Amino acid sequence: MPSLENIANNIHQWLNNNFGAPWPMLIEFAIVGLCIIGLFAMLGLVLIMMERKVSAWMQLRLGPNRVGPVGMFQTAADTLKLIVKEGMTPAGADKFLFNLAPFIVMIIAMVIMAPLMFAKGLQMWDVNIGVLFFTAISSVSVIGILMAGWASNNKYSLLGAMRSGAQIVSYELSAGFAILAIVILTGDLKISTIVNSQADGWWIFKGHLPIWIAFVIFMIAVTAETNRAPFDLAEAESELTAGFHTEYSGMKFALFFLAEYVNIFVVCALGATLFLGGWQPLHFGTDTQFNQWMDYIPSSLWFMGKTFFLIFVIMWFRWTFPRLRIDQLLNLEWKYLLPISMINLLLVTLMAIMGWHF
Amino acid sequence: MFLVNYIKDVLSGIKSLATGMKVTGWYALHHRKEKITQQYPDNKDTLVLPERFRGEVVMPHDEHNEHACTGCTACELACPNATIKIVTKFDIQPDGKKKKAIDKFVYHLELCTFCNLCIEACPTDAIKMAQTFEHSVFDRTNLTKILNKPGSKIREGIE
Repeated sequence: MPSLENIANNIHQWLNNNFGAPWPMLIEFAIVGLCIIGLFAMLGLVLIMMERKVSAWMQLRLGPNRVGPVGMFQTAADTLKLIVKEGMTPAGADKFLFNLAPFIVMIIAMVIMAPLMFAKGLQMWDVNIGVLFFTAISSVSVIGILMAGWASNNKYSLLGAMRSGAQIVSYELSAGFAILAIVILTGDLKISTIVNSQADGWWIFKGHLPIWIAFVIFMIAVTAETNRAPFDLAEAESELTAGFHTEYSGMKFALFFLAEYVNIFVVCALGATLFLGGWQPLHFGTDTQFNQWMDYIPSSLWFMGKTFFLIFVIMWFRWTFPRLRIDQLLNLEWKYLLPISMINLLLVTLMAIMGWHF
Repeated sequence: MFLVNYIKDVLSGIKSLATGMKVTGWYALHHRKEKITQQYPDNKDTLVLPERFRGEVVMPHDEHNEHACTGCTACELACPNATIKIVTKFDIQPDGKKKKAIDKFVYHLELCTFCNLCIEACPTDAIKMAQTFEHSVFDRTNLTKILNKPGSKIREGIE
């Protein structure tokens, strides 16, 4: 059966047979880069479409339905519009930082994808500190946001950027604790080991209540980290017009917009990898008919299905919950999520030492 | 005690959030049946407007070209932004008495906010809200309307 793993391996072997020393690696870099850019563009189109449809359905509307069949090409048309618009730089702005910021935000969203395992054996970089790499890089994106807010020379942008900083710094902690819970159970930071440890059952089934709590805390924290409603204080349409990207227009605005959605994809992919077994199919017991049927579904579909389910949940949050105030936001983190996740971490550690998980 | 309250707080918070998510999730799954959007230009022939939709003030006339307006100007006084202007005249009755009646019921659609206060104020139910809503015109003066039809008069028995 052709799988993505075989295709990748065949390309790798063919390149090694036909080219000398540095070339196979360079060509693979180029291929991977192209794939990531393609994935980026596809994700932007698909996720924005999904967001608009989900929001419409939850509010009993129809959503986009004019451009193409059931409005499929609406986001493509929007992107085309943003490309042909002028990317203006305000007169008082710090021109260098202002133009650099959207690229930093986008490049970081790209870099985070490196350790993700998209299917069985399909991974860009199986680095031995995979999860740590992830948390470390994802907190750099706040620099891009602060840069955008500062360089805009606009008090609303600066306020939005500062809020975003406070938010990401605080929520990083509980997201980190939730990730640590899985790291404790697995005993490794490597993504491939974490996925393989779930071959006999996903952690959410094997880990009892503490992993459930960790999962809920993880979902709340990553919603806050990606600056999405109900934690969209950095953008705050109603008070700061659009926060850190008020002054951006055209393609530079589109890059911020795209980076937001790619970040959602990435954090949901990490959630799927840590808690829902990555590309591992759903198995009950051993050697049953059900397990064999599940194995027929390709691993990439399993991964994408889980990721898109989590993305749907995050969109569900956005279109259900009212926004928090900044003090409520910080209360939630420092008075609730952080103590709960600390105690939860102790419980998980106890569970791992005593071997109470399956 | 503090700890008990704390845990209760967290659990009740989770419960209320779950209730909210249940509502929107139900809508998302049943959006085909429950949707309330009408695709307006496409369904112009079968358009269904809510009963209390307020499009414009009209004055109904019966088959004898008679209306129910006594010219009391209650609607003009009730209007918050001077949309209605009533010009009165005096009719000579058969017995020689003079009676107040409307000459023109001027209605400025361009000023109207469709607040329904004039309809509430009218003692004889002479005016009502119609459901028409396609009011675009090329010239603003077309929006100033005279509601009583030419030659119309007040219905017998309405004081």
